[in-house]
Amino acid sequence: MIVHKKDLGLLVLILLVGGIVALINPLFISPINLANTANLIGLFGIFAIGQAIVIITGGIDLSVGSVIALLGVLLVHMLASLGLPWPLVMLIVPVLGIMIGFVNGLLIVKLKLQPFIVTLCGLLIYRGAARFFTADATAGFGFGQSFPAVEWITVGRSFGVPHSFMALLILGALMWLLLHRTVFGRYLYAIGKNEEAARYSGISTGNVIIAAYAICGFLTAISAIFFAMYTRSISPSSHGNFYELYAIAAAVLGGFSLRGGEGSMIGVILGAVLLQVLQNLVNLLGIPSSLNFAVMGAVILFGVLVDSQLSKLKTIFGLTRQAN
Amino acid sequence: MTKALLALEGVSKRYGPVVALEDISLAICAGEVVGLVGENGAGKSTLMKILGGVAAPTSGSIMMDGTEIRFANARQSMSAGIAIVHQELNSFSNLDVAANILIGREPRRGPFHLFVDQQQSRVLVKPMLARLRADFEPETPVAQLSIAQRQLVEIARALSLDARLVIMDEPTSSLTLNESNRLLQIVRELRDSGVSVIFITHRLNEIVEIADRVIVLRDGRFAGELARAEITPASIIKLMIGRTLQTLYAPPSGQTYDTGLTVSGVRTKCYPHQEVNLTVRRGEILGLAGLIGAGRSELARAIFGIDPMIAGEVRFNGQTIDVDSPGKAMVSGMALIPEDRKQSGLLLGESIAENIALANWSNFSSRGFVNTSSLHEHVLHQFTNFAIHAKGPESPANALSGGNQQKVMLAKWLPRQPKVLICDEPTRGVDVGARHQIYARLRKASDEGAAVLLISSDMEEVLGVSDRIAVMHEGRINGFLERKDFSEHNVLQLAIGRGTQREDVP
Repeated sequence: MIVHKKDLGLLVLILLVGGIVALINPLFISPINLANTANLIGLFGIFAIGQAIVIITGGIDLSVGSVIALLGVLLVHMLASLGLPWPLVMLIVPVLGIMIGFVNGLLIVKLKLQPFIVTLCGLLIYRGAARFFTADATAGFGFGQSFPAVEWITVGRSFGVPHSFMALLILGALMWLLLHRTVFGRYLYAIGKNEEAARYSGISTGNVIIAAYAICGFLTAISAIFFAMYTRSISPSSHGNFYELYAIAAAVLGGFSLRGGEGSMIGVILGAVLLQVLQNLVNLLGIPSSLNFAVMGAVILFGVLVDSQLSKLKTIFGLTRQAN
Repeated sequence: MTKALLALEGVSKRYGPVVALEDISLAICAGEVVGLVGENGAGKSTLMKILGGVAAPTSGSIMMDGTEIRFANARQSMSAGIAIVHQELNSFSNLDVAANILIGREPRRGPFHLFVDQQQSRVLVKPMLARLRADFEPETPVAQLSIAQRQLVEIARALSLDARLVIMDEPTSSLTLNESNRLLQIVRELRDSGVSVIFITHRLNEIVEIADRVIVLRDGRFAGELARAEITPASIIKLMIGRTLQTLYAPPSGQTYDTGLTVSGVRTKCYPHQEVNLTVRRGEILGLAGLIGAGRSELARAIFGIDPMIAGEVRFNGQTIDVDSPGKAMVSGMALIPEDRKQSGLLLGESIAENIALANWSNFSSRGFVNTSSLHEHVLHQFTNFAIHAKGPESPANALSGGNQQKVMLAKWLPRQPKVLICDEPTRGVDVGARHQIYARLRKASDEGAAVLLISSDMEEVLGVSDRIAVMHEGRINGFLERKDFSEHNVLQLAIGRGTQREDVP
């Protein structure tokens, strides 16, 4: 339960890829590069965890990237233009994220709409709202405007470790507890495996699913804060584009099934790590950056292929062993 | 007797150790209407699958026009001239009538025959509909048709394939009286035009009215046949029953109370105009018998809060209980072991332990966190207590036999000591050994004061295990039987909608 075999395999793959990259280009293990990569892992990992919670129930959230753009724009507006006190803003943004997730969940559960459709519409709506809000202009902090406290929390470092990465570790640990140690976590898995059987067992499946989307919205909002403070200027038409796909990719690499009911917290975090290592690899090995997505796609396909073939072999092996 | 169109000789079908059909020999002549009857599980559907080419017989031969044939698939059976009109209609409701009838054989036109020739379709279909005197057009969308009209579409499709033998599986089960009469008239016309019909139904008066001959199956065997002159409901029922039943009965050793679970005026989605009223007393096992589709499982789901009730009330010991959701029903002490354990009961890929825990997490957690050690203790105890045969509590549920899966379900629900226990077909697909253990568990639960409702289509089980039987027919309780009145005959009479007293009135 604590470390799955799949997670271990993924860890080995990360170390292997990392080792090869380090051999070819020692810059990979330079403190600066490691810290930068860790920061990106933190930024992308946090919302990938949220996506993973939704995927466990057999759902999907495609609105993640647009929510990151919308909440980023609102955050800059509240801090820079309205001049609201930063602790208030740090409260409002996550509450908005939770509300967006709650609405997604409500539409899916109460009106029985498909998660793909609901969140696809969310993707379009929130992106449009972000662009309309700034009239398509880039939102950013004015010259000389600074928010030392927020900046320290979000883009600061302690002992050389970026705070975004620490946030990922803390949130990851909390979510690990939630998923693997609480009854709620068991309910998430049960619903993903067989929603009907979960209902027959007295579980309020609807409430659990709504909660999963709300948690996803919360984690997305947290990472929206980190992204906004990291980029400092937000172009609402491109900020966060395709991020939902990064999240889904991280979950798939981490052993999640899009049918639900499978996957572990460590798996999705390692998936997010591998994705960033691959990005880094493209930069450091002088591969044209246009091939960025192609490399990611190829590695995911390879990983899923190996996994499915291995489990097929295992079944055959298991059956012959039983027969003997 | 004219030469047989279709003849079966010594046809048997086994699924592993289970015998579904044993040594069936029968012949169908051209232009003959043969009624096929038998209880639930008598082998009617297996026989239909074999004739439809969906299942291959384990042994025996099928002859058509005197030559032996084998159906590798449904297509071959169709091209041999056999068509089946299924109980659940297989029409494409998004297409129109002509497209449904001609699906897969559409007339085409245009370059590379890319386009469907709509006009030609209509020309082809029109006379078929006229032959059946259908009151709809080739271009009517099937979604707009009633069930009776859709059945005509299926029959038209069968005729368009030049079917010489049409098998109808309970075609009248969801038709009104008028629609049924019209269908019977169409069957007569088919016969007069030389088509043979096998008519499967539970409505014996229809058999009396229409069949030239009746074939009765019982426990997968040929139980007998009746010629036109001999067909009466009484003579059919006599052939349907008449096996010796094992006595399984263990009388209650605990106290039987006067009150328990009372269901009053409950109406469900499947029979919205029928009310169900019944009481299951604490300390007794009430068998709920009836034909498949009588609305028993729907009743169970409604009183456990899975499906919403249209109307009605559920009380326990006189107090109204809230059954808006399964969770609330469970708080009131109810438990339901569902009919389809793979679909609704188990997390198949998960361990036995996880499955037992699923309905009981509140007992094995504190402040939302799982208490693994108390869970493992409980699961290990239940694992031995219910004699589950598996490597251990960590084995996945899909590695277990049907009987052991059902024991996992019992181990999940019975330790909660439910006050009301509803079991829906608890021994379907369960071997004999495990069956007896399950019966003993049900008796133990009732002796400990639970009101047990046992839904069962297995006659031996319902007569052998129950203290009382309620028989359901088309959405309502058609009658109750006390133990002294228990007989297969009486249950069957009530199940097909008759009273127990009026044996010979059609």
